[in-house]
Order: sequence, then structure tokens, then C-alpha cells
Amino acid sequence: MTDRLPGFSTLAVHAGAQPDPTTGARATPIYQTTSFVFNDADHAASLFGLQAFGNIYTRIGNPTNAVLEERVAALEGGTAALAVASGHAAQVVVLQQLLRPGDEFIAARKLYGGSINQFTHAFKSFGWNVMWGDPDDIGSFERAVTPHTKAIFIESIANPSGSVTDIAAISAIARKAGVPLIVDNTLATPYLIRPIDHGADIVVHSLTKFLAGHGNSLGGIIVDAGTFDWSKGNKYPMLSEPRPEYHGIRIHETFGNFAFAIACRVLGLRDLGPALSPFNAFLILTGIETLPLRMQKHCENARAVAEFLAGHAKVAAVNYAGLPGDKYHSLASKYAPKGAGALFTFSLKGGYDAGVNLVSNLKLFSHLANVGDTRSLVIHPASTTHSQLDDAQKTKAGAAPDVVRLSIGIEDKEDLIADLEQALTA
Amino acid sequence: MNHDAYLDSYIREILNTVKSIAMVGASPVNVRPSYFAFKYLAQRGYDMIPVNPGHVGKSLLGKPFVASLADIGRPVDMIDIFRNSSRIPPVVDEALKLVTLPKVIWMQLGARDDEAAAKAEAAGIKVVMNRCPKIEYGRLSSEISWMGVNSRTLSSKRAPIPTQGMRLSLNRTSVSGGETAASDRAAKDKNDLS
Ligand SMILES: Cc1ncc(COP(=O)(O)O)c(C=O)c1O
Repeated sequence: MTDRLPGFSTLAVHAGAQPDPTTGARATPIYQTTSFVFNDADHAASLFGLQAFGNIYTRIGNPTNAVLEERVAALEGGTAALAVASGHAAQVVVLQQLLRPGDEFIAARKLYGGSINQFTHAFKSFGWNVMWGDPDDIGSFERAVTPHTKAIFIESIANPSGSVTDIAAISAIARKAGVPLIVDNTLATPYLIRPIDHGADIVVHSLTKFLAGHGNSLGGIIVDAGTFDWSKGNKYPMLSEPRPEYHGIRIHETFGNFAFAIACRVLGLRDLGPALSPFNAFLILTGIETLPLRMQKHCENARAVAEFLAGHAKVAAVNYAGLPGDKYHSLASKYAPKGAGALFTFSLKGGYDAGVNLVSNLKLFSHLANVGDTRSLVIHPASTTHSQLDDAQKTKAGAAPDVVRLSIGIEDKEDLIADLEQALTA
Repeated sequence: MNHDAYLDSYIREILNTVKSIAMVGASPVNVRPSYFAFKYLAQRGYDMIPVNPGHVGKSLLGKPFVASLADIGRPVDMIDIFRNSSRIPPVVDEALKLVTLPKVIWMQLGARDDEAAAKAEAAGIKVVMNRCPKIEYGRLSSEISWMGVNSRTLSSKRAPIPTQGMRLSLNRTSVSGGETAASDRAAKDKNDLS
């Protein structure tokens, strides 16, 4: 006898949620409260000592947020998750569990500009040293491994270039080095790619993008794959050693294959404080219910727009992994057979000036610094999201000065193409 | 029996039917995982018996410690072994000498001994290894969802609010096996190496 397995769309609607025990409310209620009453002193002590399941204070956990956590864990095929205030907060909380001052982690060069910035400057001040690997040269990750390496960080589909990363190949390097592989799956979402199936040990998201999907809420999440042995070799003392703040509990021994998510909650979120508002969690949950439908439309539109641009006389190049002939097309076919996402870049024969002109001529596309909205978005990364980088870094990150980035929405594709057409000829 | 990954239906049946649980290696120290699990299972209405020769004369949440399984002096449905893998075989041998055999032998998270398991199974005893009954109960009832843990179950029914000593329904729809297959795979790889 086997248990029947619900599909992805069923999980997107149901996982983590059930009618409210008190009122029977079917939609997940917004538990907009800071704190939760204890039954008695013993109950309070058990909760504080991590001995009982339950709620204490919204900085540590909240019932609305818990539904979001379980839902994303289910969609990614992980054992547990922790929701936080933003994608960037997720990255800090993850690395705080893994690195101590003087430690290193290896990150892909092709990353969201804000992440390159966070790793290069903010994390340096914590004594966490980033080494760079080039996803186009997998061996560069292996060469960057030292005895101080504690983790490898990549994006499944990279921002802004839309390139697809060979997750399994980098996972093999992480495994050999005895360190966890962290995959930022923001741009793919679990609908297109499930990094855990390809060897990721931790998945992070900026929920702000396609998962929430409507451009109305910041949020981030950390998913524990349950695959990493934290006690081996005493490399990760936050998980393997007795914790003084919890009377000597060892997190890995106590929580087994969801220990990493618990460490992020009780050692990271509790102490660093980037809690997600329950109201945002509600909006994000509502967004996730339609994730499969939206991603289908996002991908269909992106492909149509990319094809249009590729055939346009004023366009120099289109970089969309969904197009046959693209450098990343075979990786896209392997990792994201349902579609290569909705984010890509292109460059104009007229260079930087033509790019700036195009952005100002568009009437339907919004010029702003976000991706993964229902609305189609446009930006010139070199002067905005990636402006802190020097020209060489920009080019390596896929944000050369002549590059324009599009995040294709779920409008009618004919209208998006018409808007681009008029902006290119204007 | 595949001990790398259990079907929810197997775990559910065990937790729904056993009433008394002897916990071998139960600790009175309130930061040890055995203490957490003992307390939780007692709160969920199981008849708990702490077994630990080092603590005879003391009691755990009002239940007196006994030195050995034979000293319990009455049949128990399940033996939950809170010992390292290396200490499993003598406990299983001791269990197999009881006048009334237990229905289930459960080995804690991290503990596994395939030979001892095979012996117990040959005597008609169900075996679970490398799992925690507190976590499994919390998961199948979805009580563990408060911690952001993937319960791998779904339900469209309104659940009651849990109170002290209350048994929760474990009969939710399972999303089992597949959705955390990665962690089961990792456990298998680890066991193949060791
Ligand atoms: C791939 C990727 N990761 C992380 C982030 C940071 O997320 P947040 O803005 O939610 O902090 C972004 C934001 O643009 C992103 O695109």
C-alpha cells in the first residue's frame, strides 16, 4: 500500500493550511498579534526551552507565517522552512548559522547585484570572507575551496542574466568539500526548478518576487532540505555543540533532519530580529496559491517577447535561456523543462544611449527595481541594481553597460510586444 | 521492511494503536531529547514508563524509574530505545525475553541496528529506526507545523484545539515519501557508508 502523492498545484493551494481551529475560517487568518498567552508556567517554560510546539512571540514564530513556511517547504520538497522579512534577511540568517569570523564561503559571480554587495561589504564587516566562483567554469568553485570554506552559494536562474546554473555539478563539489550547497531559487521558483532534487542542502528565496508575485510584499524564506550531516567533523558548532542560551541543547541531535531550520529560527531570527509581518505572510500565501498558473503565463509571455526581440533589426543580442541556440539552452532544458523563467536581458545596437531611450519610451512596462511582478518591468542594471559594481564586475555579473533587463508579466503578450515595438521605433 | 523510508500509514498505525510506551534511556535532565519526548508523549495521553538503571528511586514527571524492561512487571505495547546504535542489541535481546512481547520496538533519531531489527521482526514485532515518536506524532497531527516543519500531510477538516492529555487525530491525507525524499536519500547514503 502506498500513500497517494498530491501534485504541485494541490500543494500550492493546501500545504500548511487548514480551517482555523477556533472559528472554522477557511482562508488562513492574519494573526496580527505580537504575543500568545501561555496555558500555565510549565507550558511557558516548555515553549521557551524548545520542548513543546507552540507560539510565544511573533519575532520567533507566528501561525500565519507558519502556514507560509510549511507551504514553501512542501513545494521545495524540504523538511522545514523559516520565513523572514526579506530575501536579504534570509541570506544573513543562513550564513550566521554556518560561518564564524575568519571563515569563508564561495559564491557564484552571477548573482543579484544586491547579494554581491551584501557579500562583499556587509559580510566582510562580520569577518565572513566571500570567494568567487564562475558558473561558466565549474572547476573555479573547486579551486576556491580551502580548509576555511563553510558553504557554497549560487542562484538557480541568475539575476539579471537569466542564465541557468548547473546545480548538480556544483553540488558534487560541495559534497566533496563537506559543505552545504545553498541555492537562491528566487527567479525559478519551485514550479520551474526544485534545487533539492539536484543536490541543494538549503534553499533561500526572496518571496518578494514570483512567489508573492504581485509586487506588494517584501519577504524571504529559508528551506532546509534535511540532507546535511551537521554533526560530522564539528565544523558547524551552532548546530552540533550545546547551546548555552538553551541550557545546553544540541540543535542537530534534538531536531534531526530539520535542525537547520530550527537553528535559523531560535539562534538567527530570535537574535537578529528580521521577522516577517503576518500581513505580508498572508499576501504572499495568497500569491502562492496561483503560482503554477502565473509561472506558466510568465514563461509563455517571456518566450514570445524574447522571440520578437531576437528578430528585431535594432536588437544586437537577446540572452534568454528559453531560446534554442542560447548559451544556457541545454541547461535550461535539463533543469527547467517547463520554462526558463520570465527574466532576461538584451542589448541594443545603439548601445547605452539606445537602452536609456527605450526605457523612457515604454508605456506599459514599468521602470523600477523589482522583478517577478504580475506587471511587466524594465530596468537598466548598469545604472541601478548593479551600479555599485565596477565595469568588469558588471560584465561578469551579466549587467554590461548596454544591457537592458526585462521581467515579463502576465499581461497579454501582444500588448507587451506592441509596447516594445513602439518604444524601439520612437 | 524498508527502514530507509517509512510510509506514513505504517507510522500512523503504530501511533494510533499503542497505549503504553517504555522508554529505555529516559533522562530526568530536562534539556535531554529523551526528556522532551517523554513529556510530550505523556501529554498526548500515552502511558509512559521510564527505564534507566541509573535513576531508580527517582521519578520522571511522576512516573517511577525502573531498572530494566523485566522490572516493569506488566506488558507494554512499545519499547522506545533512547540509546546510541551501539547499545541497541542488548536492549532488543532483553525485550525478546519478556513474557509478553511488545508490539513495537522503536529506535530513536540517529539510532539504527539492522541486525537487531531483523531479529525483532522475526519475532513478529514491528520496528521503526532513526525516528522520534514525538516528531512523528507532531508531524502526523500537524501540531509540529507551528515550527514551520513540513508535516507532509493535508487536511480540509477543522482540527480541535489541543488540551492537556488529549490524543490528536493522525488521520490526515499524506503527502508522504516523495516530498522529503531528499532527506530519506541522504539518510540512506549515510547508512550505506557507515
Ligand atoms: C535573486 C535575488 N535574490 C535575493 C534578492 C533580495 O531579496 P529582497 O529584496 O527580498 O531582500 C533579490 C532581489 O532583487 C533577488 O532578485
